[in-house]
Amino acid sequence: MHEYSIVSALIEQCEQHALANQANKITRVDIKLGVMSGVEPALLQTAFDTFKLDSICKEAQLNMQLQPLVIQCLDCQTSSELNERSIVCPACQSYRTRVLDGEDMLLMQLEMEQE
Amino acid sequence: MCKDCGCSLTRHEHDHLGAHSHNHEHHHPELHTNPQLNDKKTLSVIHKILDKNDVEAGHNRAHFEAHNITAFNLMSSPGSGKTTLLENLKEYTTLNYAVIEGDLETSRDADRLIAKGIKAYQIQTGSACHLDAFMVHGALHHLPLEGLDICFVENVGNLVCPASYDVGTHKNIVLLSVPEGDDKIEKYPVMFRRADVVFITKCDLLPYFDFNLAEARAQLKKLNPDTQIIEVSIKDGDSIHAVAAWLKDNLRGAQ
Repeated sequence: MHEYSIVSALIEQCEQHALANQANKITRVDIKLGVMSGVEPALLQTAFDTFKLDSICKEAQLNMQLQPLVIQCLDCQTSSELNERSIVCPACQSYRTRVLDGEDMLLMQLEMEQE
Repeated sequence: MCKDCGCSLTRHEHDHLGAHSHNHEHHHPELHTNPQLNDKKTLSVIHKILDKNDVEAGHNRAHFEAHNITAFNLMSSPGSGKTTLLENLKEYTTLNYAVIEGDLETSRDADRLIAKGIKAYQIQTGSACHLDAFMVHGALHHLPLEGLDICFVENVGNLVCPASYDVGTHKNIVLLSVPEGDDKIEKYPVMFRRADVVFITKCDLLPYFDFNLAEARAQLKKLNPDTQIIEVSIKDGDSIHAVAAWLKDNLRGAQ
């Protein structure tokens, strides 16, 4: 259940951005969650709905964009989006690939109201 | 001077005040006025959610490096043999090591190591399911680092949560014991994707369990093609020698 600590970090970031932009309310929080970031979206949503009540995000809506794994093959150069948890190139079966996306947890955008 | 702990290391591009006071890569805030809603602003950030932890992790790494120490993060399910391996390793290596222990309760693991003459410090996480960089930082100040080659961070037994947290170590060691089954690699892909080496422990039990080593290797290769598997049994001295050799080869600057 590390989703609670992740949400605490997220809300703390939101509060800092709000402060820096003289906002008194955050109305939308857009995040991107990689399928290999190790976070369960449903639990994160529950954690956010609980923790936001005592924060500037009280009325905020959480939008989660789930990012599949995207790899680039170093042999055939194909970029592929994968549905399974593997980094094998589906085009040529090579194991020599580079993960381009799908492993991070990112705060992407905030919608806020200013005084 | 680090403001939190009084250590002599400065924090790189970081002053604890938050997002807008330092220049981070991927962090270029832009304010856009939304034409439909005059009083609402949209701020594009693109910022790692665990950035604060990652900055602290970098700080811990600097601590280790200042003492010329390589740090390894040991992760596995509870009971796969992390502490037992660390207890026994001492007989097989001349490298000096200390251990930061993470458990929900008790200092039993640190006590076991200290009884063997190994320096250890116990973090009790209460109900937290993983160690983060801040907890490890706190522990660092209780552990004499002088003269060490290696610091192990023995994470809370858990194949899920610790995978998301950089604690400031240099490499990740993931243990999988034979009784757990070879399918754990496929079931916990994030953890095994993060592994720099996988130790299959309790290999002396292989004759009694349907653990398929070839299948474990195949599954790991799909996630992490370059990661080596080392078969380990405390009852087989050669296997602990192999662990010691891997550690030596993976010290900072050894490659």
